[in-house]
Amino acid sequence: MITFSERQLKIPRLMRPVYLVTGGQSKFDRAIPEKRTEELCIDAFTMAAELINLSPAELKRYIHSCYYGHFADHFGDQLLGEAVIHDRLGLDPLGNVGIKTGGATGGSTLWEAVKTVASGYSDCALAMGWERMDEVPTDEGNFLISCAADKDWESALGQIYTGYYAVMAQRYWQIFGKAEESFRRTLAEISVKHHGYARMNPFAQAPLKISVQDVLNSPVVAYPLRALDCCLMSVGAACAIICDEKTALELSKSSPHKPLRIWVAAGSHTLRPADRRRMEIPLLPNETKDQYRDLGRRFKGADRYPGFTGFLAARMAALYAYGMAGISDPKKELNLLELHDAFTISDVQTYEDIGIRPYGEGRDYVESGDCYHTNPHTGRPGKLPSNISGGLIGCMHAVGATGIMQVFEIATQIWHRWAEIHGDDRRWKEFNREKPSDWTDLQVKGAKRGMAISHAGVGSHVTATILMDPDHLLIAN
Amino acid sequence: MAMFGQVFVKKGKYRIKGDFHHLAAHTPIRDADNAFSLCGVTNPRELTYIHSYGGEAVFFESLSRGTLLASRCEHHACECRGTTYLPFRIYCPDCLKRNRVIDVTDEAKRSARIYTFMVCERSGAFSLLEKPIKFINIAFDGIDTVLMSYLSLGEPRIGMEVVPIFKRRDPSYTILDLSWVPKGTPAEELKPGFEF
Repeated sequence: MITFSERQLKIPRLMRPVYLVTGGQSKFDRAIPEKRTEELCIDAFTMAAELINLSPAELKRYIHSCYYGHFADHFGDQLLGEAVIHDRLGLDPLGNVGIKTGGATGGSTLWEAVKTVASGYSDCALAMGWERMDEVPTDEGNFLISCAADKDWESALGQIYTGYYAVMAQRYWQIFGKAEESFRRTLAEISVKHHGYARMNPFAQAPLKISVQDVLNSPVVAYPLRALDCCLMSVGAACAIICDEKTALELSKSSPHKPLRIWVAAGSHTLRPADRRRMEIPLLPNETKDQYRDLGRRFKGADRYPGFTGFLAARMAALYAYGMAGISDPKKELNLLELHDAFTISDVQTYEDIGIRPYGEGRDYVESGDCYHTNPHTGRPGKLPSNISGGLIGCMHAVGATGIMQVFEIATQIWHRWAEIHGDDRRWKEFNREKPSDWTDLQVKGAKRGMAISHAGVGSHVTATILMDPDHLLIAN
Repeated sequence: MAMFGQVFVKKGKYRIKGDFHHLAAHTPIRDADNAFSLCGVTNPRELTYIHSYGGEAVFFESLSRGTLLASRCEHHACECRGTTYLPFRIYCPDCLKRNRVIDVTDEAKRSARIYTFMVCERSGAFSLLEKPIKFINIAFDGIDTVLMSYLSLGEPRIGMEVVPIFKRRDPSYTILDLSWVPKGTPAEELKPGFEF
């Protein structure tokens, strides 16, 4: 049984308020042969400048240090890719550093940028992430991804990360999902929702108008997961500009939107799921110990936490982040989420880890319709919409950029600029994508607070990023 | 054919022999939709790494001898004293003292059960396993962790009793030398090179 000290459980504190002022992203696709990575990063940076009515050169004058998220050097076949991008963005001689935490790289990049501003080291920092996953065919790509597992104990077993991950999915499927056909359909609904939302997103790689049956008919990858349950492999870049209050206000003088308060917290857990040891469930502010007393009775086999059914890292990231931002009930106080839907089932697991539903009851978040922009059962707004970007299943998973894309997408919602940015005909044309005739405005009305979860592999690293309209804070800090 | 790279350790240093990389030419990538203009170039490369198992070498060596090793913290001041690890850990993650190596072969044969599994229809490049791959995680008495491995015979299910098998003939000295079969499997059904 592992225990944690009070010092380890201390709620992190930023030394001064930190703001996300603007952000941007490139087109995302499986392959972008016509552009080098630096071109994608410049696309993202230029968009960030334009959203606050500055030129890229004007915006650069404010930046003091740079944080670059790029996970897989071996995918891009370029060590020190960060130095290449930094040079091409013309940001020498500013200090810069590369950040790598697997699938959580984007979130970790924001974590570093936020801490640097909070500490006073910089008043304005660039967080930029990208990934280039089109330099090898898919089989070799799967091999390269499998290198993120333990090379002696796991990678040789099939050289396919899905296998290392999916054993956890199987356990969840059988213990909490009870291997029910109805649960399998619920998972399929998530894929339908995310591919469907991607249709409204010109940046998105996999817009699809599909049905539950289409998902259930797609090829089995690792039962019960099928091809349409899985996230994408992508190329693309995303960035955010992180500032202290004074700089944020100065940069926003000509901006149509206000800067947003930002908090980022991080958690971790064993790289190998095999190493997970027993512990008590760390409780979130909206949970009580009593509610889990009979978990093992209600779900046979669920008496071992985290076992293979939960992600301790996600729970810890949420625990820290809720404390930092003053969230006592995420269901009531947040207006939207972007979750790391590497697989449909991991989406469900995360609902529980971050307290949207108690352990064992994540499926209800989908089945109730709460996770939709518009609840399909009532026709009214969903209570807490998730992954309106399309997520990793519908929009993209350009690993180093993913966590930043999620946060940027939430920002566009809180700025109430979602329709302007995603509905712009020129953008659809520029990306050579056809805007659907039934394009729908997915702006979440009244969005004031959102959270993004950025998650590495089997849960080795997870970050929770909370964005808030500064006029709707929950605590003064 | 060129000789594959081989490595020995002598006087604390690697001694290498044979070819550790192979040369191949670049080829252009052209845009078939745009007058075959140049887009990029392929970068073929094949190389062999030299990797040390360090303090885990004993585990991988033992597989080729039909023995499954775990490790246990026995440090008197450790709050997690007695925790037994498989995957094998050289050091206790709590007190960072060196763990004691223990033989758990008999325990595995007696009490191993599938904790979870996954039948994977795909594999990545360089995989040496046949598809579908039956990933299993195994829990057994006295071990605090849940080792990942693969099932060589039968269809996995949670709770299934399994026993370890070892590739004692032509071992690869990797984790692939350890596999599992349902309890009661006759020896003659094992794949070539494997023994109980």
